[in-house]
Amino acid sequence: MHNSIKELQDFSQQVRRDIVRMVHAVQSGHPGGSLGCTEFLTCLYQEVLNYNPTSFEMNGGGEDLFFLSNGHISPVFYSVLARSGYFDVSELASFRKLGTRLQGHPTTHEGLPGVRIASGSLGQGMSVAIGAALAKKMNGDKSLVYSLHGDGEIQEGQIWEAAIYAAGNKVDNLISTIDYNHKQIDGDIDEVLPLGDLRAKWEAFGWFVLEMDGNNIADVLAVMAQAKSETGKGKPVMIIMKTEMGNGIDFMMNTHKWHGSPPNDEQLASALEQNPKTLGDY
Amino acid sequence: MKEYPVLGTKDTRSGFGDGLTELGKTNEKVVALCADLTGSLKMGDFKAQNPDRFFQVGIAEANMISMAAGLTIGGYIPFTGTFANFSTSRVYDQIRQSVAYSDKNVKICASHAGLTLGEDGATHQVLEDIGMMKMLPGMTVINPCDYNQTKAATIAIAEHVGPVYLRFGRPKVPIFISEDTPFVIGEALHLQEGSDVTIFATGHLVWKSLEAAKELEAQGISVEVINIHTIKPLDKNAVIASVQKTKCVVTAEEHQMAGGLGESIAQILATNCPAPMELVAVNDSFGESATPDQLMEKYGLGTKDVIAAVQKVLKRK
Repeated sequence: MHNSIKELQDFSQQVRRDIVRMVHAVQSGHPGGSLGCTEFLTCLYQEVLNYNPTSFEMNGGGEDLFFLSNGHISPVFYSVLARSGYFDVSELASFRKLGTRLQGHPTTHEGLPGVRIASGSLGQGMSVAIGAALAKKMNGDKSLVYSLHGDGEIQEGQIWEAAIYAAGNKVDNLISTIDYNHKQIDGDIDEVLPLGDLRAKWEAFGWFVLEMDGNNIADVLAVMAQAKSETGKGKPVMIIMKTEMGNGIDFMMNTHKWHGSPPNDEQLASALEQNPKTLGDY
Repeated sequence: MKEYPVLGTKDTRSGFGDGLTELGKTNEKVVALCADLTGSLKMGDFKAQNPDRFFQVGIAEANMISMAAGLTIGGYIPFTGTFANFSTSRVYDQIRQSVAYSDKNVKICASHAGLTLGEDGATHQVLEDIGMMKMLPGMTVINPCDYNQTKAATIAIAEHVGPVYLRFGRPKVPIFISEDTPFVIGEALHLQEGSDVTIFATGHLVWKSLEAAKELEAQGISVEVINIHTIKPLDKNAVIASVQKTKCVVTAEEHQMAGGLGESIAQILATNCPAPMELVAVNDSFGESATPDQLMEKYGLGTKDVIAAVQKVLKRK
């Protein structure tokens, strides 16, 4: 809404630093998918969503809502929430530590502002988003509901229950995105369980489908704007977002191996060197 | 002994349906979701009177539970309706993560629980649901005993903030709780005062326990009958007070012995006031197809089984 592409790139770069520092500090967590979705979440919270981070309310009346269904990419979620004003960035240092609000997978349980549902067990977030979207319709609230899903996640059957429901009931205030990085824990999607023609599948299920390059800020902004313009037309909107797992850190790209593995000291130094400070570390 | 005249005969699911219909008129935040069992759950009147607050989700229970969690974000009080098996074991992870761990104000309303579902057989006769639900932190678990109590419970849970599992059944059973009996979540209902033994009963076994108490009274045995409609949170004080008086206990429920009401009572006894105890429940078995009465007899959930359990526990005093 007010940031230049350069500013959004700088924001993303700082988020990348947060991600690798967070998972390095506790030697656990999921950097790969987090790095792949960094530009998307940056654009979402810096440009797309209308929200009030300073007085977080669970119901989010009048605000756009975002549900992270692939909860394992919590590092990018927490970094973007903190840097968007939901809580102090210093709290990122508590990630995965005893007593933290920044649990390994996001939860409402400790009252972390910005989180409205627990996620981690995959496949549930689209259904939750549909429920929230229906509540908005009943409340006459014109704001939108967004959700993000992993490509591996959509192997879960519940996703397709939700897909049928949303199209069949014209839940057209919902914009869902799939992080199509082609990788899951055990390897390439096509080796583990091929998804086939994703676009054709979602279109056949009755969704309006868009595609975008999730690591290209200009493309994300353009496609998200288009997605918004397609709401209210009787169909839920699906964005198939191509990303590179581990994007922005050379040794983490082109492999599924960094899905859930933290860098060691040397690797951290290299990752940070590739992503110099922009907004200041937590 | 206090007399409990039979006020009529109705299924507890109709108590749920009528309670929901009333909520439709009195609480605009109440919404209902159903997975293709509107008639079986008696949700038709709510649907007809509140079409904008009724969501038919089709045969997709996982989606229903998580959708219900989403509907609470926006201020609604969702009541989900399907058979008890599909309300619990089929969607346990959705309930655990999207509802219980996320602390969402969802009311999971489950019909056709237990053996009294009858001829459809073991695939549908869930006998593990109370156990699954009571293990979830923060979950309230309620199993009312007749039409009036189910209706009152349905209305009461709308006022309770937090996830609730409400379990009821298919067969027509005697109505014996008066319409004006208040339903207080977590508060045991004393039906008979007695001094020799306490029966803690829930669901369809409450009426059978009252019948058993009558027969035992004729044999000179003074039986205290306490209706535990809320299995979690359990009315610990009521349990302890009664056991301190009678010194022995029988529990009665249409559920597996493992995970049921009896197990919860045993935990209280073992840690507070150890006493001889017998459990009337299904003993590590699936059900099968037959009439409800035949099944309750075969699996040891009849009035005579409650009587036998009392006689046995008295000898252990």
